[in-house]
Amino acid sequence: MFPRPIQEATAPKRYAYYAVVVIAVILWLLPLLAVMLTSIRSLEDLNAGNYWGLPREWKFSNYAEVFQQTPMARYLLNTVIITLPAVAGAIALAALAGFALAKYRFRGNLLLFCMFVGGNFVPFQILMVPVRNMTVRLGLYDTYWALIFFHLAFQTGFCTLFMRNFISTIPEALLESARVEGANEFRIFWSIILPLMRPALAALAVLIFTFIWNDYFWALVMVQSDAVKPVTTGLSALRGEWVASWQLISAGSIIAALPPVAMFFILQRQFISGLTLGAVK
Amino acid sequence: MNSTQQQSYLQPGGALRAKYRWLTNINVVPWIFLAPAVIIFAIYVVIPVFESFWLSLYDWDGLSPTKKFIGLDNYAGLVQDEQFWTSLKNNVYWLVLFMLGPVCGLAIALLLNQKVFGMRIVKSLFFFPFVLSGVVVGLVFSWFYDPTHGLLNTILGIFGIPPISPLSDEHLVTPSIIAAGLWPQIAYCMILYLTGLTAVDPEQIEAARIDGARGWKMLWHVIIPQLRPATFIAVVVTIVGALRSFDLVQVMTDGGPFGRSSILAYFMYQQSITNFRMGYGAAIATVLFLIMSVFIAFFLRQMIRTERR
Amino acid sequence: MIKRAVTSSLILVLACLSFTAKGEKLVINSNQSDPAPKAAFTKVVEEFKKQNPDLQVEFNTMDHEGYKTAIRNWLTTEPPDVVIWFAGNRMKAFVDRGLLDDVSDLWQKNNYDQAFKSTLPAMTVNGKQWGIPFAYYQWGVYYRKDIFEKYGISEPKTWDEFVAAGKKLKENGIIPLTIGTKFPWTAAGWFDYLDLRTNGFDFHIQLMDGKVPYTDPKVKEVFAKWKELLDAGFFLPNSSNYSWQESVPFLMNGKAGMILLGNFFTQTIPDNMHDKFGFFPFPTIKADIPDAEDAPVDTIHIPAKAKNKAGARKFLEFVATPETQQMIAEEIKELPANQNAKPPADPFLEAGAKLLANAKAAQFYDRDTNPEMATEGMKGFQEFMVYPSRIDSILQRLEKIEERVFKEQANEASSRVKGESNGGESSLKLVEPNSEKTLLGVR
Repeated sequence: MFPRPIQEATAPKRYAYYAVVVIAVILWLLPLLAVMLTSIRSLEDLNAGNYWGLPREWKFSNYAEVFQQTPMARYLLNTVIITLPAVAGAIALAALAGFALAKYRFRGNLLLFCMFVGGNFVPFQILMVPVRNMTVRLGLYDTYWALIFFHLAFQTGFCTLFMRNFISTIPEALLESARVEGANEFRIFWSIILPLMRPALAALAVLIFTFIWNDYFWALVMVQSDAVKPVTTGLSALRGEWVASWQLISAGSIIAALPPVAMFFILQRQFISGLTLGAVK
Repeated sequence: MNSTQQQSYLQPGGALRAKYRWLTNINVVPWIFLAPAVIIFAIYVVIPVFESFWLSLYDWDGLSPTKKFIGLDNYAGLVQDEQFWTSLKNNVYWLVLFMLGPVCGLAIALLLNQKVFGMRIVKSLFFFPFVLSGVVVGLVFSWFYDPTHGLLNTILGIFGIPPISPLSDEHLVTPSIIAAGLWPQIAYCMILYLTGLTAVDPEQIEAARIDGARGWKMLWHVIIPQLRPATFIAVVVTIVGALRSFDLVQVMTDGGPFGRSSILAYFMYQQSITNFRMGYGAAIATVLFLIMSVFIAFFLRQMIRTERR
Repeated sequence: MIKRAVTSSLILVLACLSFTAKGEKLVINSNQSDPAPKAAFTKVVEEFKKQNPDLQVEFNTMDHEGYKTAIRNWLTTEPPDVVIWFAGNRMKAFVDRGLLDDVSDLWQKNNYDQAFKSTLPAMTVNGKQWGIPFAYYQWGVYYRKDIFEKYGISEPKTWDEFVAAGKKLKENGIIPLTIGTKFPWTAAGWFDYLDLRTNGFDFHIQLMDGKVPYTDPKVKEVFAKWKELLDAGFFLPNSSNYSWQESVPFLMNGKAGMILLGNFFTQTIPDNMHDKFGFFPFPTIKADIPDAEDAPVDTIHIPAKAKNKAGARKFLEFVATPETQQMIAEEIKELPANQNAKPPADPFLEAGAKLLANAKAAQFYDRDTNPEMATEGMKGFQEFMVYPSRIDSILQRLEKIEERVFKEQANEASSRVKGESNGGESSLKLVEPNSEKTLLGVR
């Protein structure tokens, strides 16, 4: 593996490495520490300009207050309901499409690939009116499905690109030998490609989960009622016309950030495994 | 394995009935795989994009049921609009400076690519900025830059540098926002490279080590070529991110001071939504899209060329 | 694990979708996301629910900025039954496009033209009323009484006294005027007042309506006055760095002395500092120009496509009662729009009520003029504050935009109002110039 495993290095180098990592983590997380500090300040503190010093009052109660001032639990649930199906759907569709684009020659392969890549680059604000109108026409406005379908569709572009690139690194020989043994294409996909894709699927799941989880714009456009609102629009309801409750918003943002980080932590092993990707049978 | 009662498309013995066999025809199969993704993507993305191109030829406020056809007038207006050129220039800055994202992302991925106890937690910590909402990131960085209460000037003061006010200085504002945007972006690239590093062929590394390659040489000649797919995605994603960063601009400067930090995506949003000029906004989006397509085309060509090799 | 999550989430979704409402439903969407107004409206909704047990009321609060985007989507597709919005040009934008319901019948039935005499002009378009006002507030200068006392400064009434006060503060190391122009509407407050005091209410409204070019010498006079303050270094340096909320710490820490803002400012004063603050109206510049103020009005409306208009009307009537208006005013520390409601016992509001009793009132720059003009105008003010020497190029730019924007507005209006002989002229007037209608009281 690269770089050289640190266990092989001499002791001073090893300790230097640990020290560097620790310092890097602290520097990297300084802004995050600021957010955390803000989340336990009082509003008076912020209005007095005390952004970086120690809080004058330690208001851990802000975290409870977030749940009291807004239906935060409901928002979190809504976000889960919207994100999980969309992530699952986008990855599934993209795996299928990526496989087709990567491993088959047919007319229109390149064109379709360009379509997926291109659609990804669209500044999504401009889709607002057509997509909103279509959602209303389908009767899905202000429902979970509005957001699930949209995110599923939109993320498919990026996912297909990602999958196609990954699958194209799988050696052709693997598929050929399976075909020779009489497996049909669907079998090949299910039993050979998918298992090899695990690290890519995991990485993609984390990324897409985070995108959809943090989406604010589309939640604003497609959903009105508190019953269906996800956590992003829910939290920004704490930004008033005059006074922004930054301390509550910070607390809420930290809470809202935990699920994607948890997902990353859980699926990390998948990245590390998957060394079979380079193997040729 | 399957009961013939449930699966009437199978003959006894498991093979497909003749009339369904065309489904496994190698020319048909890819289309079956592609169909769901293509259909839903076309409905939600492709068709609305074309609708927007078409919309840019109209004068519409986004609310009335009537629109007025004005041909290319919106584009003519753009050329004369000072704010358009400022936003375009800022987008160029973003594109160039944001490329630090993949570079730093790779550096951090290499740093963390060790099987040390607790590395999993460290990796998750490095990933954290990416999952924070853009609003909060922008907020914290604006407090960092605050000329009176912010940390930046405190640090500069230690070195004896006089205080600066990045966000209200015409020239410093865009790099300052880009710095804020890089924080989550580097985390993103780091993940991509960590994934990529797991796919690097250990045999090639061993072979190169035996040949005496180490450090930079190893990195440049052996590792980076193998990271090409990850680099491709990282660059694509960074370009897309550079051209989109909406939340940060809105929270940190509202496009200011007086429009100097506005980017095309933000300019488009202001025109379409705040100023009730949907057609004009669509024209801006079209221009933005065309710019992005130049990059996509370039990269697609590169990628396909290397694959054909 | 993923599969289980997907199936369980799908089940949850289906369960939520199949939930049916009992009783008639009334949906209210609110942009009152600040803590105090949100509490106020929650109370109002609770009271209303008690009085109307057969109605199932759904009350949604959205953040103030996001609401402005979302409301455009709702009004044209599937709106709630009640929306909160602003009077003036903002309301007119929707009325002109047929998106709000005419509630003149409610006004006539309940004699609201008496109870809401002062806000009547702001609620009227084409002779009809389109919503119910519930609160408004004054703008003016809030200052540190204790700092003024320390340096022997009294409340300035005229421009010269004001400048002298500022100079005294500056001599003693205090920043005279704090301001945060990251979101440039605070600069628009300065423009409004300087224009109202230099050129009068009628001229100001004409400028808002696009009838006077920005390059007019009278407009330049406004900026010349502004420049006086800028040259003297009265304003907080690097103000475009700060939102108004971030400019407040300077006042709290005693580093700054005054701020020109609306009464919502008082929400940020900590309890133990209330007696350190005072209020005075913006000083007079020309003695012969009668006083005029900015007093934005908050309102509620019924969308034209609302489903439950009967229930919505009941809610509007409920909010219009003096009791409800008083309750809201108490909570949000603003003045009730209903003349029969008692304003809260707050020294700042009392000063405000006195101020607005005899003055003509404007809605504030970004509510009085065309939205696009407002955005560009405010950007121009922000730029002027940093580079006063660029005044000519700024005004020329605003002039060009004004021409285009109001021409388009007139064209749209005339194509909408088919067959009206005046073209678009009459529908543009919101407040009649030279009329005696005031916001508060009748002259």
